[in-house]
Amino acid sequence: MRCRSVLATCVSVWLLALTWSVRAAPSGAGASDPQGPAKVAAAPAKTAAPVAPPGPTADDCLACHDDNDLKREKAGTSVTVKKDAFMASVHAPLACVDCHADLAHAELPHAEHLARVNCSSCHADEVTLYQKSAHAAARAGGSDVAATCASCHGMHDIRGSKDAQSRTYHLNVAATCASCHGNKDVIAKGHIAAGDVASPFADSIHGRALSKSGLMVAPTCSNCHGPHDIRKKGDPDSRVAMANVPATCGKCHEGIAHQFAGSVHATMLAKGRDGAPACQSCHTAHAIQHADNPDWQLTVVSQCGTCHQDKLKTYRDTFHGQVTKLGFRAVAACADCHGNHRILPASDPSSPIAAGNLVKTCGTCHPNATANFVKYDPHADKNNRERNGALFFAAKGMQALLFATFGFFGLHTLLWLLRALKDRGTPAMEKPHA
Amino acid sequence: MLDTVTADVPHIDTPMKERYALRFGRVDRTLHGFLMLSFLGLALTGMPVLFSEAPWARTMARLLGGFTATHMAHRVFASIMMTVFLLHVGRLVVRVAVKKDYGIFWGPTSLVPQPKDLQDMYHHMRWFVGAGSKPSFDRYAYWEKFDYFAVFWGMAIIGGSGLLLWFPETFARVLPGWVFNIALLVHGEEALLAVGFIFTIHFFNSHLRPGKFPMDMVIFTGRISEHELAHERPAEYARVRETLVDAGPPSPRSWRIGRVVGTTAVLLGLTVVGLIIYAVASHR
Repeated sequence: MRCRSVLATCVSVWLLALTWSVRAAPSGAGASDPQGPAKVAAAPAKTAAPVAPPGPTADDCLACHDDNDLKREKAGTSVTVKKDAFMASVHAPLACVDCHADLAHAELPHAEHLARVNCSSCHADEVTLYQKSAHAAARAGGSDVAATCASCHGMHDIRGSKDAQSRTYHLNVAATCASCHGNKDVIAKGHIAAGDVASPFADSIHGRALSKSGLMVAPTCSNCHGPHDIRKKGDPDSRVAMANVPATCGKCHEGIAHQFAGSVHATMLAKGRDGAPACQSCHTAHAIQHADNPDWQLTVVSQCGTCHQDKLKTYRDTFHGQVTKLGFRAVAACADCHGNHRILPASDPSSPIAAGNLVKTCGTCHPNATANFVKYDPHADKNNRERNGALFFAAKGMQALLFATFGFFGLHTLLWLLRALKDRGTPAMEKPHA
Repeated sequence: MLDTVTADVPHIDTPMKERYALRFGRVDRTLHGFLMLSFLGLALTGMPVLFSEAPWARTMARLLGGFTATHMAHRVFASIMMTVFLLHVGRLVVRVAVKKDYGIFWGPTSLVPQPKDLQDMYHHMRWFVGAGSKPSFDRYAYWEKFDYFAVFWGMAIIGGSGLLLWFPETFARVLPGWVFNIALLVHGEEALLAVGFIFTIHFFNSHLRPGKFPMDMVIFTGRISEHELAHERPAEYARVRETLVDAGPPSPRSWRIGRVVGTTAVLLGLTVVGLIIYAVASHR
C-alpha cells in the first residue's frame, strides 16, 4: 500500500512537472508543487526540481499561528492553527510548508492569501478517485458547497481513519457526511436531489447499529457510496447504480445476494429492464429497517404494487389485502406466499407458488390446508369472467340484488316521505278505505 | 337526558284511561334487543375490513382495538346473532308443534306474504302519489314482512358465508377453495345490503318517518295504544276490537330504556351510513 502510494506520488509529480513544463504555466501554486513534501523530495525526482534550502519548521510557523486571536488584517478571518491539534494530527511530522508549499521561501510576514493546498502531492490515488466523484463534478460546475478533501478530513487536525477522534473514523463518518447531507442550507445551495438522507439513515438499522451498538461491521455512508469516488446513482459506474446495488449490499449480505441472483428480478435487472427492482426498491436506500419490522413489511406491499398493479388491486379485494391495508400484519402479505429475495414465477417448480408447492406454502398459515383448499384464488378478479367465472356471476348477481332492493325501496321511501310530509297535521287524510 | 325522556311519557294518568294492546311479548322484545346489539356490533367491526381503503378505515380499526380484538368481537357478535336466530326459530317450532298454532303459516296474523300484501303495496303506492286512499293494514304490513324475511335471507347468506370464512380449512374438506372467494364477496355485498337497508329503509319505515318520528316505541315497550292500533292497522283493529285485552300502559322503565337504546342505535346506524357514503364517494 505504502509502496503504491509512493510510486503513484512519484508518477503524479512527474506528470505535474511535465504538464507544467509543456504548458509554460504562469508562476503560481502549481509550479511549486514538485518541491512539496519532504518524503517526495527525497524520492528520485525525474524532473529538474531544484533542491531547495530547508524552509521554516512547523515550530517556526506555530510561533505566530498558535494564537487564538490571530486574524487576517483585511478579511478579519482567523488564521489560528492550534499547536495541540496539529501535533496530534497525522501530519505532525511534516512541516507546514510541506503542504503550504508556496511559503517555503516566502518573506515574513507572508501574504494573507495562500495558494490552495494540493493534497495530491502526497495522496495522488485518493485525489484521482475524488476527481471522478459527484463532489468534484459539482465543484467543477461552480458549486462552492460541494465537498473537498478538507470538508471531510479537516485541515490542520487531520487524524488517521483508525483514530476514534477522526472525522473519518468508521463510527464518525455518518456525522461527517451529515454536516452537509443533513444540513438544509447546504442541501438547498447544492441542489442535492436526495435531500436530507442523514436523518433517515440515523433511524435505520445500519445507523442505529453504528450509533447505538457501536458496531464496526455495520456499514456507514462510505461502505455503500465509496470514500473518495462517490458517484451519483445515475452514473453506471456508481456503487449505488441500480445494476450494482445487489453487489454493493452483497459485500456484507452475501447469502442474500446469492438468493437474489437466482430470482426473476435479478434476471430482469441484469437485462437492464426499466423498473426491475434491486435491494433498495423494497428496503429503501437510507431508511432500511429490520426485516422483522411489521410496518416496513406492509410498505413493501405497495412497493410490489408499483409494478404489479393488477395483482395489488386483486389482492386488496381479498381478506389478506383488506387486513394488511388496515395496517395489521396478521395475514399474508406478498412475501409470505411469493418469498422475498428469490422470487420466481409459478411456472418454476421451485417457486413457493408453483402448483406442487401450494399446499405447503398456504399451510404455513393454514396448517390443515389441502389440495381442495388451495383452489382458493388469492388474486381473484370479480371482473374477469375467464379466470373467475363463478365469482364473476356472483358479483353480477349481488350487484343486481343491491340495485333492485335500494332502487325499489329508495323510491318507495322517497314517495312515502313526500306524502307523509304533505299530510302532516291533517291526519284525517290518512283515513283507511274500508 | 332521562328527565326529558320521562317528560315524554304519554299521559298515563289521564282520566280517560286509554287501553293498550300487547304487540310484542317480553321474549320477542328481548330477542330484538340482542338482534340490534349483534347487528350493530357486526356492522361496526366488519366495516373497516369491507372498506379497508376508505380514509377512515385505519383509524376506525385502531379505535375498535386492532385486528385481534375486532376479529374476536365480530365472531362474538355473530354467535349472539345466530343464537337469537336459533331461539326465534325454536319458538316458532314450539308454537307449531306444541301449541298447534298454525296461524303463523297463513292468515291475517302470519308473516308469510300473501295476495293481500301485493294489493296493499299497490294501493299504498297509489296513495303516495295521491291516486287513492291508504290501504287497511293488518298485523304485519308488507314492508314489515320484507324486513322480517330479509333477516332470514341475510342469516342464510351472511351467516353461511361467514361460517365458511370462519372455518375455511374445515369446509375445504368438501368444498373447493374458490368457494371462499365467492363467500367473501357475498358476505361483504350482502352485509352492505343489510346495513344499508336497516339503517336507512327500516329506520325510515319504522321510526323516522313523519308520524313516527323520532321513533316507534312499540318494539321496546311492547304496547300499542288502542287509538294508534285503530289508526295504523285498521284491519287488525277490526278483528281484535271485541276481544282486546288491555295490557296496560308502557312501563316508564321500558320507555326510558327504549329511548336510550333506540336513540343510540339510530345515531350509530346513521353514522355507519355516513361513513359508507364517504367511503364510496372517496373511492378512486
